[in-house]
Order: sequence, then structure tokens, then C-alpha cells
Amino acid sequence: MAEKTFEASMQELEAVVAGLEAGDITLDKSLELFEKGIKLAKSCRKQLDEAEKRVKILTAEGNEEVFGEEQ
Amino acid sequence: MENQVIGTVSRVNNYIKRLLDSKSVLADLWVKGEISNYKRHSSGHIYLTLKDETSVLKAVMFRYAASGLTFSPSDGMKVIARGRVSVYEAGGTYQLYIDEMIPDGVGALYLEFERLKKKLAEEGLFDEAHKKPIPRFPARIGVITAPTGAAVRDIINVATRRYPLAELVIYPALVQGAGAKESIVSAIEYFNKDKTVDTLIVGRGGGSIEDLWAFNEECVARAIYDSEIPVISAVGHETDFTIADYAADLRAPTPSAAAEISVPSADELMRYITTCRARMHNAMGARTDSLRQRLMRLTPRSPRDRINELIQRLDMCVRGMENAYKLTLSERGRALGGLTGKLDALSPLKTLTRGYSIPVAENGTVLRRTEDFIPGAEFVLKVRDGDIGCKVKERQDG
Repeated sequence: MAEKTFEASMQELEAVVAGLEAGDITLDKSLELFEKGIKLAKSCRKQLDEAEKRVKILTAEGNEEVFGEEQ
Repeated sequence: MENQVIGTVSRVNNYIKRLLDSKSVLADLWVKGEISNYKRHSSGHIYLTLKDETSVLKAVMFRYAASGLTFSPSDGMKVIARGRVSVYEAGGTYQLYIDEMIPDGVGALYLEFERLKKKLAEEGLFDEAHKKPIPRFPARIGVITAPTGAAVRDIINVATRRYPLAELVIYPALVQGAGAKESIVSAIEYFNKDKTVDTLIVGRGGGSIEDLWAFNEECVARAIYDSEIPVISAVGHETDFTIADYAADLRAPTPSAAAEISVPSADELMRYITTCRARMHNAMGARTDSLRQRLMRLTPRSPRDRINELIQRLDMCVRGMENAYKLTLSERGRALGGLTGKLDALSPLKTLTRGYSIPVAENGTVLRRTEDFIPGAEFVLKVRDGDIGCKVKERQDG
């Protein structure tokens, strides 16, 4: 599923905030932006909340394996 | 003193020279010692003494050999010299004729470090302009370090705690000893070929200058410089500076610090997102407030006010009309008076009061000329205060 990357979402969110604060847009447009911005904020928060740590190690064959913490 | 062979000084010295020159071990050997009595002549030849705890050995390095020196020798410096031991016949001394000399021990490494640092700096490998910014939200981070030990553990702990969104990929590398520099270079090249990571962390834990030496190798510096993926160096402790640190896009003082600067803090991001929400709400609030104000300025406070205003305006209009009407009326009145005056003066009735009389036919036509009067016809003569019945007696045309 091609979910928007976290980076892309954050950048869009910042753009929306800047756009709303600039103020030189119609009421309709600002309502549209506002709605989009709230959705983005929610999505970003969700991604951060649900992230689980992932650590891999490269094997000699060039594959990635889950890295166990046994030393 | 009979039968005693008496030799000359020259013959003695020559004998000793031939003796020493015949020993192959003395023809090419390495000697280590500390420099003392160092003297460089204007000719370019260097004269010095090498010593250890108990002995000294005279030495000379002729100008041709001295030109190959990569450092400036001085008294007290520990060196390793290569050359041959032979005899200076005229002086009656044996000495080491030095072909090659290098600094000995840790000092040698520091000098090599300085040499390479200077060379690569001049080439531009450390230029700020070449350094790339570190991605703000890396999705994957490549970590080139030993797979065991404190460094890799620290990096994993700090990075995953701080920003679990980033996936870490460890490339297990040799970080000291034989094969280390090749291992590090291979790792950097691997990630650059694959291009599946956004940032690279290259490093290891603390150690001596010898331990860290792989990160001072020229090939490692070049691999870091050539890397298209941004590189954060994380070698040793805060006070350790390696060539890799200068070549990297960003130097971290320790592996933990590298992990910290490679990712943002999820906590801070959460707070930032909350701030964004507040800013959006405020912006919208400000928007609607300003629109409401503009609306208010255009219209009065309430419909009642509006009605009152209209009533008042209407009232004033009516009053205005009334005044205008009155004005018109009196003007008209005067005009009328004037006209009636004129009319009055022209009235036939007025003519009568002046003493004239008007003959009028039976049908009401006014008779004006003699031809209007037919002898014997009857007509009425209107005087001021009545009518006279008349008959035409005779007519006299004038």
C-alpha cells in the first residue's frame, strides 16, 4: 500500500500551516486547507504512535536479517 | 720492538673499513634510536648521533637521501633509520650512512596523520561546500561498525528509542587491524550501490590511535567523500579526531551522539504536530474573526437597527419632499399671481370699466368694423354696467 511517507506528510503539514497563516486566500480555500491539515496532523501522529523499532543486520550473502541483541 | 709490524694510521683505518665492508649484515640494516647532536649543514648534508640507553652511533645522511625526508628530524626524536655501517677513514670513525629515516612509534602515526590531513585538505576533500545535509526524516539508516560491542548497542538504543520510524541496517565491519580499511570501504560502496538507506553512520568505540587507525586511512576518507549518501562519522571519544571525521558530512563526537543527530525526536515531533494544530485553529479563528468584523462594519448591529435606520431615512426623505413641495407651491403661487394680474389687465371687462362699450351681435360675435353693421340689423351694446339693445340706423364708412 503506497502510504505517503512520513517525511512527505510532515512537509505537507508545514506547508498547510504556512498557507493558513499567510492569510491571503479565500475563505473557501482556507477551509479546504484546514481540513487537509487536520487530516495530515492526525496521520502523522498515528505513524509516530504506531512505529515499532526495526533493526536488521546484513549477512554474508547480502540479505537482511533481524538483528538479535545477543552479543 | 724487533719484528713488530708498524703500520700507518691510514693502513689501520683502511683495514678496519675493508673489514666492516665485507660484512653483508652491515651493508643494509635498520637501526632505531634517539637523535642527538643533530646538525644540518648548508651543504644539505645532515650529521647526527643516534643513541640508546647505553651507547651512541654516529650517523650521516647526505643531501640526496635527506631530500626524501617526510618530516623534520630534531634532537630527542625517536627514529628508525636504514643504511649501511662503514668507516670514514680520514676521521677514523665508523658511522651509519643513512639512506632512509622515519619517525618511530606513536609519534610516527601522528606525523602520518598530519601529513595525510594536509594533503587531503589541499585536495578539497574536507570542503564545507561539498558536505551534504543530513536527511531530517530518514526512513532507513545504514550503520557501518562492528556488530558487537558498545558502539553498535549505543547506536541502536539511542536511535530506536528516539525515532522508531527509522529502520536500522547494520553492516558488520572490521574496525581495526588487518582488513579494516577495506571492510569499511566495501561497506560504504555497498550502501551506495544499493541506495536503500537515507543516511550512513560510520564509526566505532574508543581506542588508541593505533586502534582507530583504519579511520585515518586515505581510502576510507575517499570512500566517505565519494559517498552520495550523507555520512555521519562516529569514531571513538569526544577528543578523538580522525581523517574520516573531516571527510564526513557531519562529525559526531561519539556513536550515541551520531544516533541522536541522525534522527529527530518522536516526542518533539508529537509536540510540534500539536503546535501545528493549534496554529491552524488560530489561523482559522483569526480568519473568521476578521471576516465577522468586516461584515459588522458593513451592516448595523441588528435587524431592528436596520429598520430604524431605514425609517429614519424614509422620514427624512418625506420631509424633504414636503419642503420641496412647499417651496414649489409658494413659487407657483407668486407666478400665478403675476399671471393673473396680467390677464386681468388684458380682460375686456377692464376695457369696459375704462369707458369703452362693446357691440356684440345676436350670436355673440363682437362687431368691430362698419361692414359688420347691416342697416336695420339689431345688436347689443355692452356697457360697463349693462347691455343696450340697438338697431343700425345708418352707416358711414370712414
